[in-house]
Amino acid sequence: MFSEFFQFTFSGVTLGAIYALVALGFTLIYNASHVINFAQGEFLMIGGMGTVVLMDAGVPIYFAIPLAIAMAGVAGILLHRLAIAPAKNADVVTLIIITIGASIFLRGLAQVFWGKEYHALPNFSATESINLGGAILLTQSLWILGIAAVLVTALGLFFTRTALGKALLATSMNKEAASLMGIKTGAILMMAFGISAVIGAAAGVIVAPITLTSYDIGIMLGLKGFIAAAIGGLGSSTGAILGGLLLGLAEAYTAGYISSDYKDAVPFVIILAILFFLPNGLLGSRAVERV
Amino acid sequence: MKRMLKQLAAGAVTALGLTLATVPAQAADTIRIGSFLSVTGPASFLGDPELKTLELYIDKINGSGGVLGKKLELIHYDDAGDASKARTFANRLLRQDRVDLIVGGSTTGATMAAVPLIQQAGVPFISLAGAETITTPVRKWVFKTPQSDRQAARRILMDMKDRGFTKIGLISGTGGFGASGRNVTKEEAGNFDIEIVADETYNPKDTDTTAQLTRIRNTDGVQAILNFDFGQGPAIVTRNYAQLGIEIPFYQSHGVASDSFLELAGDAAEGLRLPASALLVADKLPKSDPQHDVLNRYKSDYESHYNESVSTFGAYAYDGLQLAVQALMKAGGTDKAKVRDALENIDGAVGVTGTYRMSAEDHMGLTAESFRILEVKDGGWALTE
Repeated sequence: MFSEFFQFTFSGVTLGAIYALVALGFTLIYNASHVINFAQGEFLMIGGMGTVVLMDAGVPIYFAIPLAIAMAGVAGILLHRLAIAPAKNADVVTLIIITIGASIFLRGLAQVFWGKEYHALPNFSATESINLGGAILLTQSLWILGIAAVLVTALGLFFTRTALGKALLATSMNKEAASLMGIKTGAILMMAFGISAVIGAAAGVIVAPITLTSYDIGIMLGLKGFIAAAIGGLGSSTGAILGGLLLGLAEAYTAGYISSDYKDAVPFVIILAILFFLPNGLLGSRAVERV
Repeated sequence: MKRMLKQLAAGAVTALGLTLATVPAQAADTIRIGSFLSVTGPASFLGDPELKTLELYIDKINGSGGVLGKKLELIHYDDAGDASKARTFANRLLRQDRVDLIVGGSTTGATMAAVPLIQQAGVPFISLAGAETITTPVRKWVFKTPQSDRQAARRILMDMKDRGFTKIGLISGTGGFGASGRNVTKEEAGNFDIEIVADETYNPKDTDTTAQLTRIRNTDGVQAILNFDFGQGPAIVTRNYAQLGIEIPFYQSHGVASDSFLELAGDAAEGLRLPASALLVADKLPKSDPQHDVLNRYKSDYESHYNESVSTFGAYAYDGLQLAVQALMKAGGTDKAKVRDALENIDGAVGVTGTYRMSAEDHMGLTAESFRILEVKDGGWALTE
């Protein structure tokens, strides 16, 4: 009985860790521009697929991973330069629509040049799973949680302790005032896209041993990550982790105790409930409308 | 300007008239085989080997004198996996190209979109798509070469019965293939005295199925587990199965009978069983097997010509073309009604997919036995019997 409960919990933690790591990628661009970057899932795909493609070309895995992540960083900067920056006077909704277009474009490119097959990446640890009280926990989910924790801490320090981080927050609060204070808001935004892409690609590599990877992996992971970020409160790193874990556990318990048929409805029920009672998510800052 | 347009239009009309006029003349000295396949687009993994197979063997047949002293002529269109395009091309094949018969339709959608036109025109049609609805109920002019998922389910249940299992767990994807597989498995289980005691599903895009597998494992009396789906879902289920350390026998469906599944699932696939075309184990078949020669000839022809691995999908086109040629020979010409009757009376044609026995009630002609039960051994496929 207990081993069953542990198993569902561990399944939920595995799922949740993946969603949380994806959700983290949304926070940076959202903080900088209030844009929800729907191409975030494609950064994950570039990380995972890029690693696979480089490894197929004979590059050893230690070089393939950083190269693929760097490739995603460049893609993020290009996305900003070529698609977001030219539309600088457009409102946030238009920019969000642009990111949706960019995601379709990136997915198409990957499909044409990298193929449509699914690929697997090797586990980071030699032992794939550990047995705890009759239930199995994947070692890879510990990796995911650990790296997510490091990223949250790093992002927290970045926003509170560095001039760049503060400049980024200032840009999101009031773009005009920030640029009057000498902050190059264009460069700040570009940086936000670059770093987000790097975080996304790192996530894409770390989750690939569990989720497998393919040109369209970003659709599902991006969507679930966005839901996790919205549950936790867009813009809050800790909220993203909380939201991801909550979503993963809810899915696993539903599949385990109720029925796997209802599992896919869970994220939508949760997000409806959260948006109804806590419109800013669990840890989101309350938006202040100034008149 | 106006005059020029008029001249152009007149020229176009004359040109069109000329092409139309030449069609019957051509038809007299060749046998025209029409085809619409999904050579590009999402179903290109089906259409690409199918077209390559048709081209290869039509060349071979023509090289050795053709059929009934006439050359075969392939008229092919790429529907890119789009059912409405398939319908347009089927219309063109029937009305404009006036083909003698059609071998094509990579997907069920493309096939079913073309079926009403073909039925109306009365041209023999051999489909290369899988779904049972294509030949159930029987349509006068429509035949198909691949087995339906019902045959796969029967073959799996047959093997389970042979091993003495009476209670099994089922886990399937909620996509079209998985949902249909789940239905036929539930319908057929009773015929083999097998009870499905656990029935779980997952979304084809899911990344973890350990919760569902734990539920099945903890159900009383489960003796084997069947995962009915295709794509990457079964690879994830297989990996989770190994991670959870589940010991009871594991079955997959014909949907993942390919080497790419073995690569994705890795060591986790070791020991699982699935129904598959004998083509996967062509080199391991005993010489006495009735399909041994056909299989190995097709495999070596295709692989030496195209320098890529043969696929079971290309085999559907091979079988379709061979059935068509046999029917033409038996009919002694291209009379459509006679060719259709000859197709319906094919009895014991040994193909790559299986041995075809058509009848007025069965326009697919294969039994569950045409699937072989394979087991994954040392990272490769092995025959079980």
